[in-house]
Formats: sequence, C-alpha cells, structure tokens
Amino acid sequence: MRTAFIQAMTGLAASDPNVVLVVGDLGFSVVESYRERFPSQYLNAGVAEQNMTGLAAGLAMAGKRVFTYSIANFPTLRCVEQVRNDVCYHNANVTVVSVGGGLAYGSLGPSHHASEDMAVMRSLPGMRVVCPGDPVEAREATLALGTTDGPGYLRLSKTGEPVIHQDLKSFEIGRAIPVRAGRQAALLATGAILENALKAAEMLAAQGLDCQVWSFHTVKPLDASAVLQAAQTGHVVTVEEHSILGGLGSAVAEVLAEAELPRPVRFRRLGLRNEFCPVAGSQNYLRKLYGLHPEGLAASVSEFLAKSIAKV
Amino acid sequence: MEHLKELARTLRLHVLRMTHRARSSHVGSSFSMAELIAVLYGHALRVRPDEPNWPERDRFVLSKGHACAVVYAALAERGFFPVDWLDTYYLDGSKLAGHITHKDVPGVEASTGSLGHGLSLALGMALAGKWDQKTYRVFAMLSDGELDEGSNWEPILLAPHLGLDNLTVLVDYNKIQSLGRVDEVMPLDPLADKFRSFGWACREVDGHDVEAVLDALTRLPYEPGKPSCLVAHTVKGKGVSFMEDRLIWHYYSPDEKEYAAAVAELGASR
Repeated sequence: MRTAFIQAMTGLAASDPNVVLVVGDLGFSVVESYRERFPSQYLNAGVAEQNMTGLAAGLAMAGKRVFTYSIANFPTLRCVEQVRNDVCYHNANVTVVSVGGGLAYGSLGPSHHASEDMAVMRSLPGMRVVCPGDPVEAREATLALGTTDGPGYLRLSKTGEPVIHQDLKSFEIGRAIPVRAGRQAALLATGAILENALKAAEMLAAQGLDCQVWSFHTVKPLDASAVLQAAQTGHVVTVEEHSILGGLGSAVAEVLAEAELPRPVRFRRLGLRNEFCPVAGSQNYLRKLYGLHPEGLAASVSEFLAKSIAKV
Repeated sequence: MEHLKELARTLRLHVLRMTHRARSSHVGSSFSMAELIAVLYGHALRVRPDEPNWPERDRFVLSKGHACAVVYAALAERGFFPVDWLDTYYLDGSKLAGHITHKDVPGVEASTGSLGHGLSLALGMALAGKWDQKTYRVFAMLSDGELDEGSNWEPILLAPHLGLDNLTVLVDYNKIQSLGRVDEVMPLDPLADKFRSFGWACREVDGHDVEAVLDALTRLPYEPGKPSCLVAHTVKGKGVSFMEDRLIWHYYSPDEKEYAAAVAELGASR
C-alpha cells in the first residue's frame, strides 16, 4: 500500500504543482524518489508531528494541497489538537496519512498499534476517514483525496497486501464496494483486513454459509445505503483491525440503530478489544490472537449465524 | 507617529468597552500589545481591507488567541468590517468569539485559542510564500506564557533551518501568565538568547514605545536568510494605572466604576 500511495502521490504532484508532501522524518525506502523529483513540493518536518500538522494547515491556507505522512499514531493521536483546530476547523486541504494502520507494526509493541485512530479521526467535524482495503483502493483513495477539498485521513496498512480488485470499475469516497455476493449474512470490512474477510467468506461457503463481503474503505462519510442493503440479509458483521469502540462497527451500529428497519437485523462487531495487546507479535500472530485471521473470522461468523439457523 | 499612538489609545478604548459589555476576560493581555497591534495594522502590514484575501497580502497570526479583542478592534478600525460588530463581541450569536476566530470575520487569517498553534500555521504560510516566490511576509504574535508549550519550540527549531526570513515572531513579554509571574511559573530568560541560539535574528524593544516598535517592524528581516524575532517588553494592563502589571486583569472585566475610571484615564474624546 505504501508503494501504491507514493506512486499516486507522484502522479498528483506531477499534475498539480500545489500538491505537497510533508513527512515527519519517516518514509525510508518510500519517499526518496518523490523527494528527488519534487524538491519544492516536499518537506521533512523532522520528528515533530504537532508542527508538521500545523504548518501543513498553514501551507493549505496559502493555497497548497498537503499530505502529511508518518506511521502508526504519530500523525493522528500525537497531534490530534492540531488536526482538529488547525486542519479541520479551517477546513484545510490537508490529508493526514498514516502507514501501519491496525497491527501492521505488531512486533514493535502497543505504542505502534494504531487501534483507536479511526474512532478519534471520525469524531472530528469535517474529517473524512478512508481506510483502503488493497493497493488498488489505496491508489484510488490517494488520488481522490488529493483532488477534492477538505480534510482527510488516509489510513494505510504497510506492505505486501494482495490486490483484491483485479478490475475496479469505479472508486468514490463514501461509496462502499461490494466484493462478494451472498444471501445469508454480510461481512463489512474496512482496511487490509478485507483480505481475511474474503478468505473467511470462502471458508464459510464451503460449510454452506453464503456471505456477502463489502469493502467499506470509507468509514466517514459512511455509505448508509450500502449498510441498509447489507442489512437485507438479516445478519451484519463488521470486521476491522481497530478497536470495536468507535470505528467501523460503531459507525454501522449507529446507522442500523437509527434506521427503524421493518424487521430486526442481527449484528456483530469483530475487531480489537478494550485492551492493549498483552504480548509482542507479528501482525499475523496478533490477528490470530484476536480471531481476525480467516479461520477465526469464519468461526465467529459461523457461531453467530448458528443461533439464527437453529431458530429456523 | 502620533496617529499610531492615537490608534493604540482608540484600540484600548474599544477593548475596554468590549470586555465591559461582555463581562469577558483578558483585557490586560490586549492592553499589553496595543502599541504592537497599532503599529502592525496602522503601518507595517501590507493588507487591503476591501480585498481581505488579496493573495500578496502580509499575514498576521495571533497565536495568543485570548487577546483577540484588540485585534478585532484593529481590523474594524482598518475597515475590514463595521466598527459596530465590536459591540457583539463575546455575546450570544456573535461572529466574534472570545478566542480569535476566522469564520466569517474578514481579515482574521487563522483561528487560535489553544496556545502553541499559531507559529506552526505562520511557518506554513511563510514556507508557501518562499516556494511560490511571493514577497508577502508573515507575522505571528506569541505570549510569554505560551512559550511553555513545547509545540512552539518545534517551529522555532525548523524556521531557521528553512531560512524563512519572511517570518517574524513577536513575543508580547508582559511577564505575567495565567497563575503567576513568568519568573515564578516557568522562567524564560534569557529569552532573546534562546531564539538566537536556535538561529533567529532578534531584537528587543520596549513594546509601548511606538517609535521603537515602528523601527523594529519596518526594518525586516533583521538578518537576510534568518527568521526574525522581536521580544517586546511590555506591561500587562498597560494604559490604565490600576490594571498595570496585575494578574487579576487576566481574568476580571471592568465593572461600571472601573470602566468609567479607565475611560477617564485614557481620555474618552478622540
């Protein structure tokens, strides 16, 4: 995803001289070619995220389209007041980019786990929250955020994510993408965990459980009509590499709770819990610990559906 | 020169009336920078009140956003918006909030209020100016207490590295912060030397000496290739004897009697 992002950034910078990349002294083996090619559209602000974010807003006030770039919680939680007051209140054209969403930096420990970032960013007025599910979505999201007005948060995973969309027809911020058809339940995934949601759906299909899968690459503004469409299956499950407090699951719950649906929809949030990871571990190890690996997701969904099926 | 002194007096009268009517705080914080603001808006800043978003304009960012009353007054006096807007300051439904707000207020470059934000915003504007080869200058007004915020020292480190000689910081060094004297709470001295050691070109001035302030804000930058810092030694509450150098005027608003006494001291007629 990092590669897809920097390639899209390069395209944006080449076509618009006002596009600027500001990094917080991170991006080794990612930003070098961009830096060489666009020296006057690039700044390393040092290990100083508050200033990085504030000056990005200042650049935007003077006509620039700015991307700030760092990893994990550094461009979001470390400087959340700068994101709120300087970027959002001024409706500045600043996109905050974080590499390492969720547990991508798993072994580095809880300081590097971005597990509440979506919740916090989602609550800020005017902030768009985009969390691509694969490198294709990462490219499209970068291009979309870089050519539309207002604040944005682009939450990337890291590297090595498989391409899910072999042939993506269209991408729009705020419009979820149906990835797999199915009748009995809908899995709504955001971010790179989409891969595991899809694998889980295949495992469930082998058990005779037919599940839809959606990529909710945009958590805000949320695609409420897609949520309601998914709800027609009667079973909605959200999947996110983020706390179940405040992220995609909460956003979907808000829509479902206020929708006054004609018949009840059963709902389940899958994600990280109200705790810090107790042990070190790779992304895959920690995903498994929290049941976010394909087998774990399939087991959770199967157990969830069993109750309904038993009733029939 | 005389018209700038007169402007400072007028600004203080506006601030008195605004804070009295609204029962709002921070009159002392506005008074300490009345001459600085008078020289900026009365002379130094290249701005067009009838074209507030003129791309070539100088930018002024008030980082000590709580002292907004004197800036709103200066903008009104310069004709950015009608003077009678000042009567709504701080009141229900007003555009003029108690910390400086840009929204629907012509001439306000940026909203602040949480301390330690304004200099980063100003740095970004100055950097854009350099990249775009513009000639505009950017000014940021900081308080002394605000320099406790670590976030200020990030742009203080970065601005010299970027050679932003189109950026000027003014420190309204009135020696009193929220709960005590600066020397007691979090000493800053030697303040100018701190900036110098970070790579800034500095001057120190009596912030109430209009002639000296005018000179300091006319000859910029202080050194080519370096950002400039003007440490303005000021007195909190300056201009009204019973408010001068007293912490309570960070909070109190003048009641009827105090208002009348203060107006009498400043001289009501223009």
